[in-house]
Amino acid sequence: MNPIFKILSNLGNQVTSRIWRLGSATRLFLLTLIYSGESFKRIHLTIREIYFTGVMSLIIIVVSAFFVGMVLGLQGYYTLQKYGSSESIGVLVALALLRELGPVVTALLFAGRAGTAITAEIGLMKATEQLSAMEMMAVSPIARIIGPRFWAGVISMPILASIFSMVGVMGGYLVAVPIIGVDHGAFWSQMNVNVDFRFDVINGLIKSFVFGVACTIIALYEGYDAPPTAEGVSRATTRTVVTSSLTVLGLDFILTSFMIAH
Amino acid sequence: MTQKNIVEIKNLSFGYGNRMLHKDINMVFPRGKVTAIMGGSGCGKTTILRLIGGQIKPKAGQVTVDGKIVHKQDRQGIYELRRKMGMLFQHGALFTDLSVFDNVAFPMREHTKLPESMIRDLVLMKLNAVGLRGAHKLMSTELSGGMARRVALARAIALDPDIIMYDEPFAGLDPISMAVICDLIRTLNDALGATSIIVTHDVEEAFSFADYIYFVADGTVAAEGTPKELSKSKLPFVHQFVHGEKDGPVPFHYNAPSYKKDIYESA
Repeated sequence: MNPIFKILSNLGNQVTSRIWRLGSATRLFLLTLIYSGESFKRIHLTIREIYFTGVMSLIIIVVSAFFVGMVLGLQGYYTLQKYGSSESIGVLVALALLRELGPVVTALLFAGRAGTAITAEIGLMKATEQLSAMEMMAVSPIARIIGPRFWAGVISMPILASIFSMVGVMGGYLVAVPIIGVDHGAFWSQMNVNVDFRFDVINGLIKSFVFGVACTIIALYEGYDAPPTAEGVSRATTRTVVTSSLTVLGLDFILTSFMIAH
Repeated sequence: MTQKNIVEIKNLSFGYGNRMLHKDINMVFPRGKVTAIMGGSGCGKTTILRLIGGQIKPKAGQVTVDGKIVHKQDRQGIYELRRKMGMLFQHGALFTDLSVFDNVAFPMREHTKLPESMIRDLVLMKLNAVGLRGAHKLMSTELSGGMARRVALARAIALDPDIIMYDEPFAGLDPISMAVICDLIRTLNDALGATSIIVTHDVEEAFSFADYIYFVADGTVAAEGTPKELSKSKLPFVHQFVHGEKDGPVPFHYNAPSYKKDIYESA
């Protein structure tokens, strides 16, 4: 076969397969929404999943947020003092966390911590025929397995991002006020004046909600679509992290563009 | 009107892509009987169970369950048919996050509004039938292969199904567990007045309890009959299978060019 033709053919196959997967993932997403009523009838399952995906992710979120906040405090102070506005450190830390780092880093950590667990769990359930068994018992796996995990992820993400931002501000405060010696009052009052609830806090929450939908559905789809073998599940788990991370970063740019434009 | 045959397969063809797995298969499964489907690995025995359960659709022909054509049912219709079926998967397919008790209670909780006290009694009765009432508090991950298979059987019969399907119920079991499962299949079938369909390649076990046997080979029904008829069969495939001969109509070697040619080409 002509090498150029072969390259084009491979490229075409890759593109077709990506579009196919995007379509399947969208279909799963829509089915999950359609079956949400049935999922919410079993609300205890969603609560249980919130514990596994949300509560169990708290440690990594809190520890990361604290260090990110401290680094922001240090770097921010170093830069701001050159312009003689080191009192604005509180604003810098809060805005960076609320608008960007809170939602984005939380989503990346969520994809690594909870997303991989979801993919591996569902992939293994498929490999051990648990999903087929459920289907044969006339119980929809989308209502019983996918739905509760989806809503747990969507509910957990904005809460985790809020906790991330709060703990990050604490970390920034610890470095800026007790260690470096920035004025305590200036730190909080500047933040109070310059952080807008609608444009900073709510926009950050909207971002984390969108990231929650994206990361959770990617993790669920990868698990649901994984070939039922050890290699298949391992590849699906890797794909969850890669796809979620890239999607979060891409979506962040798009959302930020819209938010700044308005 | 009650059909004589609870499941009927008529002129069924099925395949993946261009590769046909089944060609024009006909089978009937009479009520109250234990019917075995036998054949070599990869001949599509399990696929027949999946076609009966409506998990996949045939390319041609049809499967009817209780007079209803399976692939023409909508989701609701298929789920209604599945409520009449119980299926034992090859490795049990127990839900690993649930205990033995909760696994057996699962279909009852999903499909009935029975009070928890009654579910408890029913679950213990089902587990007692498979000899594992004492294990109801264990997690499914704590069970041996044979025990997991028995719990899965208790779950399959949780709603007293009309049809019980078994996918390789003896695979990987020790002789004692095998004998227990063998005995349970016949006992439960007769006690529940159900119809059993068993996919297996274990000749001795299938011949000991089945009322009727279908042999599947090359995508078609190669032979059928009662165990007595088949054990006397002179058909080369049946003879090879029943006596476990390594060569015959099913060749020992996978399709390959001549040995000599392969060796010389690689030299």
